[in-house]
Amino acid sequence: MLKVRVIPTLLWKQFSLVKGEGFNSWRSVGSVLPAIKLYNQRDVDELILVDITSNKSGNEPDYDSVAEYARECFVPFTVGGGVNDIQHVQKLLRAGADKVCINTSAYQRPELINEIARRHGAQCVVASIDVKKNAGGGWNCYSYSGAHDTSQEVCMWAKELENRGAGEILITSIDKDGKMQGYDLELISAVTSLVNIPVIASGGAGNYEHMIQVIESGASAVAAASIFHFTEQTPAGAKKALSEAGVSVRVGY
Amino acid sequence: MKVGIIDYGVGNLGSIARALESLGVTPVLVDNAMNLHTQDRLILPGVGNFTDCMHLLDKGGWTSALREEVITHNRPLLGICLGMQLLADSSTEGANDAEHGTKGLGLVHGRVMHLSKLGCNFRIPHVGWNSVSSTSGDNHLFQRIPDGTDFYFVHSYVFVAQKNCDVLATTDYGTPVAAAVGNGLVWGTQFHPEKSSRAGIQLLSNFLTGPIC
Repeated sequence: MLKVRVIPTLLWKQFSLVKGEGFNSWRSVGSVLPAIKLYNQRDVDELILVDITSNKSGNEPDYDSVAEYARECFVPFTVGGGVNDIQHVQKLLRAGADKVCINTSAYQRPELINEIARRHGAQCVVASIDVKKNAGGGWNCYSYSGAHDTSQEVCMWAKELENRGAGEILITSIDKDGKMQGYDLELISAVTSLVNIPVIASGGAGNYEHMIQVIESGASAVAAASIFHFTEQTPAGAKKALSEAGVSVRVGY
Repeated sequence: MKVGIIDYGVGNLGSIARALESLGVTPVLVDNAMNLHTQDRLILPGVGNFTDCMHLLDKGGWTSALREEVITHNRPLLGICLGMQLLADSSTEGANDAEHGTKGLGLVHGRVMHLSKLGCNFRIPHVGWNSVSSTSGDNHLFQRIPDGTDFYFVHSYVFVAQKNCDVLATTDYGTPVAAAVGNGLVWGTQFHPEKSSRAGIQLLSNFLTGPIC
């Protein structure tokens, strides 16, 4: 049976690991490499690393650092931030990433998703969508780490990304991000009932119960950051709680 | 022991290399089919699309060189993910001829088909950790790996073996899925051992210490 994945998200800003609230007020929470080593020792299911500055600065992904991090990672490693060209994808995969996360560049040039899926396979394209609730009760998609409202509606956009060949969708609620008050369950439910590819829920986890709720809303995996940075709760603890709630999770070898 | 990772232009070879390094082996990236014979064991990675990969293998002279190494010289070979599917006779993925599919390496007899054609109505691709059951007890590749251990999968197509005995392990994703196949000294895993943490490292270690001719 396929297991629900618990995925720590690592946000990376100028050599430091950070976490904010509502995509703002970033706090440094340590360095990237020790975090990756620790999560591997603890045998986490997967890791997502996003460079939150590279799109705004216009820089290419930092391949050398990614290679250094990948060296310590023996579980699936997704890397995002500043990926806007098929060459960037090629170089990231060479550096040791297993999947790439595409967000802002997909709005600018949606064909990039098709190109990556064709060349490297759908399995390596994680389409990332950052959303905020709009006045009409739906959700709008934001680019540039939440700075720019693309006015795209989330369900339409998620479906388009799936049709273009994305293998997974990582969906983050900016409203819920860092608040640790629970995921946006309505959002996850709306997206998962529409698309057929796996959806990773992100934004809002504050306790294990929140993770159970979002899995029940249709997510295939839970991503979380603050809960692991700022509380005593751990990925292993999350899996234990999920398992006790009847959710199938991976037990380490 | 010399372990060669076949570098025909696709994929993340780095993670396989690092997993082998963690076992104390420094693999060689073999980027010329003429040099295949210099290695004791071979690993065939693969990501992307079957037809594109076969095109690269044919163009680089790998197809005939690999068949010679495996069939004539009994060189142990492990195909990973799409690398396992490439061992088959054919696949419909990306094929111009939808009926017959694109021809594969033909080292383990079978066809590669889309999950949806096999009765799977779960979300596709099949992404994540899934439990793997070995189909026979004396399977070298799964030594010291308890039955039901989770491995990391990410794929939409499935290897349908012609002979049941070539399927060494299965997983379930709405339909039985071949998780590992084998024929003589040729093996394939649909999952990624190099990304399956400690269980995957054990499997790679089993491949490295397996029988050799």
